[in-house]
Formats: sequence, structure tokens, C-alpha cells
Amino acid sequence: MAAGRAPVVARRGPGGMMSSPSLRQFEHDMLVFRRRWHSYLLSGISQPVLYLLSMGIGLGFYVNKNGGLPGGVPYLEYVAPALLVTQAMMAAAFESAWPIMGKIVWDKTYQAALNTPIGATNLLVGDLMWIAFRAVLLSVLFFAVIVAFGAVSSPLALLAIPVAVITAMSFAAPIVAFTATQKSDQPFNMLFRFGITPLFLFSGTFFPIENLPLFIQPLAWVTPLYHGVALARSLSLGRIDPLVDLIHVAVLAGFVIVGIVAARITFRRRLEV
Amino acid sequence: MVIGPPGPPGTACAGPFSGNTVPAAHRRYHRGVSETISPVDSAIHARGLTKRFGAFTAVDGVDFDVAPGEAFGFLGPNGAGKTSTMRMIGTVSPVTAGTLTVFGLDPAHNGPRIRSRVGVVPQADTLDNELSVLENLLIYGRYFGLSWAESRRRAVELLDFVQLTERSGDQVEPLSGGMKRRLVIARALINDPEMLLLDEPTTGLDPQARHLLWDRLYRLKQRGVTLCLTTHYMDEAEQLCDRLVVMDKAKIVAEGSPRQLIEQYVTREVLELRFNRDEGDDGAADDTSQLDGQLDGLAERFEQLPDRLLVYTADGDATAAAAFERGLRPASVLVRRSTLEDVFLRLTGRSLIE
Amino acid sequence: MLALRFSLPQAVARPTRMVERNTMVYRHSFMVIFSGFFEPLFYLFSMGFGVGALVGSVALTDGRSVPYAVFVAPALLASSAMNGAIYETSNNFFYKLKYAKLYDAVISTPMSLGDVARGEILWALLRGSLYVVGFLAVIAVLGLGGLGLISSPLGILAFPAAMVVGFGFAGAGMAATTFVRKWQDFDFLQLAIMPMFLFSGTFYPITAYPPALQVFVECTPLYRGVHLIRALTTGTPDVWIAADVIYLIAMGLIGLWIVGKRLHRLLLA
Ligand SMILES: Nc1ncnc2c1ncn2[C@@H]1O[C@H](COP(=O)(O)OP(=O)(O)OP(=O)(O)O)[C@@H](O)[C@H]1O
Ligand SMILES: [Mg+2]
Repeated sequence: MAAGRAPVVARRGPGGMMSSPSLRQFEHDMLVFRRRWHSYLLSGISQPVLYLLSMGIGLGFYVNKNGGLPGGVPYLEYVAPALLVTQAMMAAAFESAWPIMGKIVWDKTYQAALNTPIGATNLLVGDLMWIAFRAVLLSVLFFAVIVAFGAVSSPLALLAIPVAVITAMSFAAPIVAFTATQKSDQPFNMLFRFGITPLFLFSGTFFPIENLPLFIQPLAWVTPLYHGVALARSLSLGRIDPLVDLIHVAVLAGFVIVGIVAARITFRRRLEV
Repeated sequence: MVIGPPGPPGTACAGPFSGNTVPAAHRRYHRGVSETISPVDSAIHARGLTKRFGAFTAVDGVDFDVAPGEAFGFLGPNGAGKTSTMRMIGTVSPVTAGTLTVFGLDPAHNGPRIRSRVGVVPQADTLDNELSVLENLLIYGRYFGLSWAESRRRAVELLDFVQLTERSGDQVEPLSGGMKRRLVIARALINDPEMLLLDEPTTGLDPQARHLLWDRLYRLKQRGVTLCLTTHYMDEAEQLCDRLVVMDKAKIVAEGSPRQLIEQYVTREVLELRFNRDEGDDGAADDTSQLDGQLDGLAERFEQLPDRLLVYTADGDATAAAAFERGLRPASVLVRRSTLEDVFLRLTGRSLIE
Repeated sequence: MLALRFSLPQAVARPTRMVERNTMVYRHSFMVIFSGFFEPLFYLFSMGFGVGALVGSVALTDGRSVPYAVFVAPALLASSAMNGAIYETSNNFFYKLKYAKLYDAVISTPMSLGDVARGEILWALLRGSLYVVGFLAVIAVLGLGGLGLISSPLGILAFPAAMVVGFGFAGAGMAATTFVRKWQDFDFLQLAIMPMFLFSGTFYPITAYPPALQVFVECTPLYRGVHLIRALTTGTPDVWIAADVIYLIAMGLIGLWIVGKRLHRLLLA
């Protein structure tokens, strides 16, 4: 596991959020990543690619045969941007739960780092940067796969990559905030069972949420994943609706900002005692 | 043939299971001889017992017998093969060669029957960290086929026995090392065993807990329970064992009661001499080896330790005086009775003069 | 001790002690077990009804066309039985074997390695059966509400069939786990499980595949499980369901046999 070695002592004291001690924590995560990148990427990319093949192509064959989606969008093109967003979200949610818990409780990596000029906020920012970095990496990779499958129809689709990353962070920030308040990893099982998995299945990933019973639809509107998927899809298909898309962006940004603020509070409460 | 306790059976009622009026080994006798396959005169019987791990021989053709009700000890330096031997007796490690019977049964074919009559305290604690203190005992009783009610009754008694009653609802992980050890010992008693296999039972215990355990083991022994233990504490071996063997490099190098061993392998007294040495010097070896000539004929045997020189002699004071006459000026002089530790050092260490 | 004479024979009673032990552990955290019941349901509603509206109907092997939910529900039942068995025999079993050293202590009692292996498999099956029962109960309720997902009286056999699927994967999963050395190795297990879940005729008929690929998929264990349960719930049994049962039970038994050999090596040094 993590070596538990504190990042190199910074020359300056703990400064603002993006100060160099935050970068130290990021560098620390990168060091671990350099040793284990193949396993990170393998598990991160294999799952969405398998879903793309099974759902987009296999199941898509039957969906298209049945008349397909409203507007005549091929099922593969419908599912691909959604999978781009959900895979980034899944990976980020995972990274914000167990590994962060490990650094706080099991390996106590944070405690070691706090003996240096690094502060709790630096640790938070450093690790969020790392989660974002991983989301970027996986999203770019998966985007290349989508393009290879011919599942995008607009150059605007490139913008789906930042959308995936923002969606990932709209989960990562609040979950990290939550993780810092927990003593054991038990709640994570519940979080994934009753939060992440249902969102993956019901946020318009595989079928329009209009197919859901009416009373459930408003539930989808308040979850960030629905907005991320809808936005990425409108870009990927090149069907922009400026007003609606702006709302999507605003909701996602809102989750990120509120999440970071909350995480800053819970991190300081947990670590700076 | 009675497989009863050596002492009068009536002495045995104050043990942890004071509810049981009949001692464990005695009850077995009443249950009838049909359980036994061959005549049992040894609780453990080993001839040419050998354990190999690949090409490496951990136990090399050892012979010993442990009588029912006896307290039998294995001494020996790290890696001597004590644990390997104990694991074979506990039937969790197959015998490579030689004969081994436990209660007259062959471990290879009667593992479960043997294990049901034995309690094991392994060298490393193997508690169930997902269960509480009490639950650890409860489920262990179930593994032995006890009913829930019986298992609970014994578990509560045993927690009292090892003084862990207040911790019974706690998780195991946060217990101190000594508390875990006590819990393992309680666990080994849940099946009211006829024989206990104790692999370094008191390692990690504080002095109070050690004395408590010695007392408990002594009482179990009085009730006719056979004890088979390994230890690195010579005082423990002297206190507890009727008979012991010293193992070294996979072989048994001596056998007897503590007293017999002392008589056989060392003199009545030991003279301990410490010499000041210059810190700049190469070390004690050079320092004391210069003494060789001066010591000749002074005593029958010497043992050189890193920090002192042991002189084995029948009369320590006389030898000390003789040493002074020869011009030796040790920094400190101590005369004491020989102990098992001296036997151990003699048998497993290197002597200056044999 | 006396009471034992009148209870179950030891060979049957001893493995159940592992079940008792695991029940004791989960008594404190039963939500972990309980929550597992929802996952197949989420998939049922998402795939069966959400995606089902896009797919419409699917042709069965006998040529009948059925709503997509009827097609996918038995496959989700089979997958759920597989997942339950694998989860319990991979991560959990590995933890107990390598980290907690649980079995080192257990085998100092009259319990044998065989008791341990059979007990853990039994536990995995019991845990899996909870989910299977729950899933079938929901299907029954939907049936009362007019959304019949089981179209044949043979569907009653779906429960034992799911247990057979669970047994096959529990044995195989446990055997695989005895070869695992570190946690990351489970990534490879996932690399076998995930494609089976997605490509074994679970979400669409494999007639879409080229013939060679079809034959390959037909040889995978989850396909056999899906085929078996689907044949029962949709009332399309063919001779192949006998092969399904034999295949899965053999897989479980061979797995158990390997587990016995491996535990011998790992625990009885
Ligand atoms: N499973 C095993 N595989 C290979 N070698 C082993 C195994 N178990 C023990 N050994 C070796 O056998 C030798 C005897 O080990 P054993 O544990 O019996 O010693 P011991 O007398 O109990 O020592 P200690 O006092 O340190 O507990 C050692 O050299 C050890 O390395
Ligand atoms: Mg040992």
C-alpha cells in the first residue's frame, strides 16, 4: 500500500488553496500512480468498454430494429456519451471513498503529511486534483475508444470530456466531504448500493428518463449525473439547446463548489484537531 | 487400566469448571474403554518423529513419551523445531516420517477425534477479529460440537478464569497483547480438554498475568490434564514441568526432570565473573580469551557469555577465592545455585572449555 | 457432549458451524446482507422496463415473442446467483483465509478442512438464496399487478435452478481464490465475471453473434445458467437443460475438490 512517507517538506508555509503544498500531495499521489498505473487503467477502462460493446452494439442491434430512439439516434451514439460520463463518475466516486478513508484511518498517510508544513486544505486540494487528473486520463482514453467505434457525430463531442470530468468532480467533492466524517468504510457499501448504482442505471444512461414513472423523474433532475449525461449527449450528438445546457452546467458547478466548501470544513474538523 | 490423574481424584474440584465435579480425565475413564484403539500408556508417543519442509528438516527423528497427567516441556533456541513438533501433535501438520500416536491414536487417520480431546494455544494468536471476546469462545465451543447453552456456560466461566469478564462484549482487535493471549488460553479450555498444547503460552504477558496463568495451569494439572508446553522462560519450565526435553537443531539433546538435568549437566553452583573492558577494544572475546591460561584447572567447565564469564563449580566461594589468588580482578563476582538456564546454555550454547 | 449423539451426523453438522460463525459476524451488520437484495431489482427495473420500452419484444427459442422484461428477468436472476456466490467466495473468503487466519484456528478443533470448505460454500448458497427468494418475490408481486414475468408453471423450479447456478460459481470462485496472492489479483477475476455478465445472452439473444462466437459463449457457465433459468420461467425447456445442470454441478464439485487440495497445501504445512 501507500508507503506512508510524508511528501517532501515545502519551503513555504501553508498558503492558499492552490499553493505549492497542495501540489506536494498531488505529487505524492502521482508517485503511487506511477507504480500502479496499469492496474488503475485496466480496471478503469475495461468496464465501460465492455458496456459499450454489450449495450451499445449488442443490445443496440435490437433497439434499432425496434425503431430506435425518438429522433432516430442510433443506440450506440445514444449510449456512448452517457458511458463516458458514468465511467468518470464511478471512478471518481470510488477514489473519494476507500482510498481517502485509507489515508485518514488505515494507513494514516495524512497524519504523516500533517507533521510537515502541509495543512488539511492542501491535502484536500491535492487529492481532488489527483482524482480530477485520473478522470481526465480515463475520459480521454474512453473518448478515443468511442471515436474508434464511430459513436460521435459532432466535433462538439470533444467538449464531452470536460463535462465528464466536471461530473466526476461533482461526485468526488461531496463524497470526499462525507468520507472525512466517517470512522469505517461500512457506509460506502450503502452509498454505492443505494446511490451510485441506481444513478448509473436510472439517470438517462441507457434509456430516456421520460420512460420512468412520472413521480420518479423529478428525482433524476436533482442528481448531478442526469445533468452530466444530458449535457454530454447534447454535445456529442451536436444538438445544443443553450438554455437547457447552461442549466446543466450550473447544476454541476453548484455540486462541485458546495462539495469543495463542505469538504474543506470536514477535512479541517477531522485532521486539524 | 486407569487413565486417571496421578493424584487422588478428589483434589481436583476447584478448577474453572467448578460445576463439573469429576475431573476431565477421570470422566473419560468412566465413559469406557471402547473409545481407545490401542492400549494407552502414553498421552503422546513419538519414535523417530520427523518433519521436513521440502529439503529442510525441522524435526529430525525425535523420540519421547508423555504420560497422561504429566506436564512436559520443550526447550530450545529459536528454530529448534518446537513449534513444528507441537503442530504435528495437534494434528495440523502431517508427520513426514516416524511414529506418532496421541492418546494411542494415529493423527493421520483420527485427526478430529484427537483434536476434540486437546486444547491448543498456538504460538501466534489466531483470534477471530470479526467477533467479540465472548463470541470468540462461543463459536469455538460450537466448533467442538458443544450445545449453545453449554458453550455459553463455559465461555462465561472461562472469561472469569482469565479475568476478561468486563471485556466480554468488546471487539478483539483493540485488546492488549497480553489480554489476547489470555483469551486464546481461555479458548483452548472451552472443550474441557484432556491435554493442553501450549506454545509459548506466557510470551507477552506481564508478571501478574504469568503467575496467574501458572496457577491456573497447575490447577488443571492437578485435575489430571496433561500439559505439553514450549517456553523460552527457564523459570516457567522449572515451575511447571515434571519432565522436559531440550531441542537443538531439530534433535533432542537432553531429557529429564529439571532437577535431573541440572544434576546431570551442570555443577551445583555457578560463579559469575564480570570484567571491565575498554570500550575501544575489539570486545569481550579477546578480553576473556586472554584469561585462558589463568583459568586452567580452576573449575571443570566455563561458559562465556557476551557480558560475563560463568564458572561451573561445586563450591563457588572457594573457586572465587582461588581466582583472586591467581591475580584475577573481576569487576563483580556473584555465586549462585545452578539453574535450568545454565543447562540450556550448556546444551545449546558454545562452551569455552568442554 | 451427550446431546450430540441425538443431533445431526457430524459430517453434516460440522459444516453448519461455519454458517453459524458467519451469521454471528453479520448479526451486527445485517444491512450489508440486506442491501444486496436491491441490486438485481435495480437492474430489473432499469433494463427490464426502462430499456425494455426501447427494445419491445424478443423472440424466444420456440419462436414466441415475449416482452423484453420477460426475456431479461431470468438472466438477471442467474447473474444475481452468480454474483452472490462469487462475492462471498472471493473477497470474503480471501480475507478469512489470508488475513484473518481464521481457518488456522478452526482446524485446531474437530473441524476438518473439508468441513471448512463445505461450510463456506453452504454459507455462500444460503446468502445467495436470500437474494433469489427476494427477487422471485418481487416478480410474483409484479405478476399479481398484471406484469407477469414468469410465463410457465415450470418457473417454480427457478429457485432450485438458481441454487445450482450459485453452487457452480461458489465452487469455482472459491477454487480460484485459493490461488490468489494479493487483492489486486481479483481484478482478473472481475475480468472474467464482467464479460460473462454482459455477453452471455443476458441482455439479448446470442443469435446476433457469428456462429463461432455463439458456440464459444454457449460453453461459458453463466450462459448455461441463464439458459437453464430462462427455459424454466418462459416454459421453453429443451434437452440442453440437463446439460446445464450437469455442467454447473460438475463445476461446483470440481471447484470443491480443488479447494480441498489447495487448503491442504496452504494450511497443513
Ligand atoms: N511452513 C514451513 N515451511 C518451511 N519451513 C518451516 C515452516 N515452518 C517452520 N519452518 C522451519 O522449521 C524450523 C523450525 O521451526 P519451528 O517453528 O518449529 O521452531 P521453534 O523451535 O518453534 O522456534 P521459536 O522458538 O522461534 O518459536 C525453522 O527453521 C523454520 O524456519
Ligand atoms: Mg515456535
